[in-house]
Amino acid sequence: MLDHTFPYPIPASPKVREIPRDVSGPPGFEIRGLVKRFDGKTVLQGVDLVVPRGQFLAIVGKSGCGKSTLLRLLAGLDQPTEGTIRHGDAQTADTRIMFQEPRLLPWARVVDNVTVGLTGIASGKPARERARRRLAEVRLEDRAGEWPSVLSGGQRQRVALARALVGEPRVLALDEPLGALDALTRIEMQGLLERVWRGQGFTAVLVTHDVAEAVVLADRIVVLDEGRIALDVDVPLPRPRRHGTPEVARLESRILSRLLGGDHAERHGQAPVVVRA
Amino acid sequence: MTALARNSIGWLLPLTIILAWEALSRAGFIAANVLPAPSAVAAAFWKLLLSGELLRNIWVSSWRALAGFAIGGSIGFALGLANGLSRLSRDMTDTTLQMVRNIPHLALIPLVILWFGIGEEAKLFLVALGVFFPIYVNTLLGIQGVDPQLVEMGRIYGMKPARLFWRVILPGALPAIFTGLRYALGIMWLTLIVAETISASSGLGYMAMQAREFLMIDVVVLSILIYALLGKLADTFARLLERRTLAWHPAFQT
Ligand SMILES: Nc1ncnc2c1ncn2[C@@H]1O[C@H](COP(=O)(O)OP(=O)(O)OP(=O)(O)O)[C@@H](O)[C@H]1O
Ligand SMILES: [Mg+2]
Repeated sequence: MLDHTFPYPIPASPKVREIPRDVSGPPGFEIRGLVKRFDGKTVLQGVDLVVPRGQFLAIVGKSGCGKSTLLRLLAGLDQPTEGTIRHGDAQTADTRIMFQEPRLLPWARVVDNVTVGLTGIASGKPARERARRRLAEVRLEDRAGEWPSVLSGGQRQRVALARALVGEPRVLALDEPLGALDALTRIEMQGLLERVWRGQGFTAVLVTHDVAEAVVLADRIVVLDEGRIALDVDVPLPRPRRHGTPEVARLESRILSRLLGGDHAERHGQAPVVVRA
Repeated sequence: MTALARNSIGWLLPLTIILAWEALSRAGFIAANVLPAPSAVAAAFWKLLLSGELLRNIWVSSWRALAGFAIGGSIGFALGLANGLSRLSRDMTDTTLQMVRNIPHLALIPLVILWFGIGEEAKLFLVALGVFFPIYVNTLLGIQGVDPQLVEMGRIYGMKPARLFWRVILPGALPAIFTGLRYALGIMWLTLIVAETISASSGLGYMAMQAREFLMIDVVVLSILIYALLGKLADTFARLLERRTLAWHPAFQT
């Protein structure tokens, strides 16, 4: 079983503002004994995961290991075969999911695409006002009146982020949202993602193929392997983190070796990695 | 090139042809009882315009075309929507419709004359039937072709069915619906010409048939030209509508 040791040791750094996170309070969500089968084929076989509110969790794993399936269950897009998902005090409606593709409506202006995120929450002028504020946050306020087709890939993904955030979700599930972007835009978007997350304190669940991305962004990294959690590590590095620093590289290589079938001795941690699996 | 120059370049060829035609007729290379000179056609146009006969016939034909289009188009659109949105409806009606589609609608003319005589109903029925299928098929295809990822996105954000339809499904199907619309407009004129030529007591087709009886070949050519003009007008209108509604489409952005 998982053994949570909160709060994790965070190296003090005067430049870093740690947002107060209620780690001992009600969880952001709680997954127990989750099993998912598709016509007899078991994709998730007993996943247990308790994520405190406001945590930034990254899920990595080989292609086809069930990451997207887990995310879709979390967002309520599919029903679990067995097991439960409890959403703290919030509803599944407070969970937003962002995909690899931006999924913008080509026939709606940028601002109207963002107001889609306020369906059933607000409409008309107030909705547009809120949408514009979100667009400013992803630095696209001057593109509000344009068609999505004239935006670049990274800009479209930023619109999708604004749309996901405008309804102020408790949990934001991200299914490889940066996977289709070039390396530089990725790093820029990672910074943006971290900034809005720190500003708002929602619980973030990021699925990614890019282990470096997980290490740079996440409080905690879960490795999914054949439908099970194979590794669950904390990332107690100060923020903001930079690609290529020794600590980031060290943790990245540890996780990579685990993903590539590295030895299990790795599971017993050396500082600064706290291993919990 | 300016927009004006680009527009006028398309008219250069027809203009040249008309000028050459006039010259050849005057020089006696084209016999007047085979093909009248453009000036003769223009004279016929003027005469019929003054007598009011031309406008009356254009009006009658246009009314038939539009009424038939409205009937057939709205039924086709409604069924296309129903079958695109509801599996039950599709299972129940699509096979039948596909079977009927394989009958060329003009093959029904003898039957239609037996049913309706040469009254208005016959023409409306044929036009409606001809217009129905392109609208039906393309509406259905358009709805089935809407990106399921967008539909899923709409659901994630809590769109109710009506909202999902107006904001996601219908706009997504619109490009295909326009393809159907323009195709249907072509069929509309074609059907009407045939129907009016075979059985009518008014309209452009009737005017052409009457003129043939009296060997007024200039009037025959005039009717053909007017058909061409009306067809072009309908197409231009559809294009304009398309350009306005599909302004978001990359194909319509300059
Ligand atoms: N609706 C479905 N019906 C049948 N099988 C499915 C369905 N959805 C997913 N699967 C199967 O579940 C397995 C895991 O899929 P999933 O999409 O969760 O993988 P993933 O970890 O997200 O992979 P990737 O990194 O390539 O996106 C795959 O073998 C896939 O074929
Ligand atoms: Mg996936």
